Amino acid sequence: MSTLRVPVTPHDHIRGPANAPVTLVEYGDYECPACGAAYPIVNLVQQHFGPRMRLVFRHFPLSQVHPHAESAAESAEFAGAHGLFWEMHDGIYENQDRLGLPLLFTLAAALGLSAPDLHAALASGTYAPKVRKDFLGGARSGVNGTPTFFINGMRHDGSYAFDDLVAAIELHLYAAAGP
Amino acid sequence: MSNILPAGTAAPSFTLRVTPDQNLSLSDLAGRPVIVAFYPADWSPVCGDQMALYNEVLPEFHKHEAELLGISVDGAWCHQAFAKDRRLHFPLLADFEPKGEVAKQYQAYRHGEGVAERALFVIDRAGVIFWSYCSPIAVNPGADGILDALERLPKQGTSQETSQETSHEHAESSSHAA
Repeated sequence: MSTLRVPVTPHDHIRGPANAPVTLVEYGDYECPACGAAYPIVNLVQQHFGPRMRLVFRHFPLSQVHPHAESAAESAEFAGAHGLFWEMHDGIYENQDRLGLPLLFTLAAALGLSAPDLHAALASGTYAPKVRKDFLGGARSGVNGTPTFFINGMRHDGSYAFDDLVAAIELHLYAAAGP
Repeated sequence: MSNILPAGTAAPSFTLRVTPDQNLSLSDLAGRPVIVAFYPADWSPVCGDQMALYNEVLPEFHKHEAELLGISVDGAWCHQAFAKDRRLHFPLLADFEPKGEVAKQYQAYRHGEGVAERALFVIDRAGVIFWSYCSPIAVNPGADGILDALERLPKQGTSQETSQETSHEHAESSSHAA
């Protein structure tokens, strides 16, 4: 069973309380259709568990097959540097069908972020090392495609259907609650 | 699943088509670690993901001076179209004629289906299989096993001679000493 080799730290993008008994880590690609399909499901799963779960998103762009995945990931990191990672993340997945540089700049503008700054960050690859670090940590942890989920550090090999994810998370919740 | 060639076995040599008019031999890569990834077929979804993943991890393999070779029974023209479509930056070899001969030598051939197993081999600088793994055919084995094996390989220059002098069973301990 594959396990998460890179522990969750405050440097991660985390949605949900720090003391949640369950941590769901997603390795995702912004251009991957399966990740787009999983996006609303993950949101529903998070609503379902409320404060009992926190979500961590890490980048795993397959940039040779998804030409916009890397720039999208770097744009999300750019927004993250301004405290707006999740806003950008949501904007990208909610508009995945028109992902491209125009969308990334539109989303940045809507968040009040500077277009010249985003342009400079993408051109110089300011956030490329952070994205690559996520990717390599995923590769070392046995991420073999996107999306790949880890529940409390254990790779979830079931599907990302709502019922499957909820059932798997419940098992970890019971384990966390102890006997 | 086949019992593929285990660690410690000398890697069988091979020469296969890498493009419609060029061959590549394992011996061309002598002195460098080689990753051989057998897979069932071009275009099938899981292999697509597996090869796409290795394509992204490739710079990491190169940091270990390792070369990656993909091998399936597909012909060279098929490989060429597949590599172009997926923008693969590593060679795909055609184990096409006689069909599956190299996969058979590595004991990684599925006789029923006539395709290669989804089998991974890391071959050390001396041409000995250092690590091998056969994945269930529908499961993308990922890159973690390969990266772990490359990390455990004795480093060039420090233990090249020892790894040739000692038996393979000692290769791991020499890597710790290095």
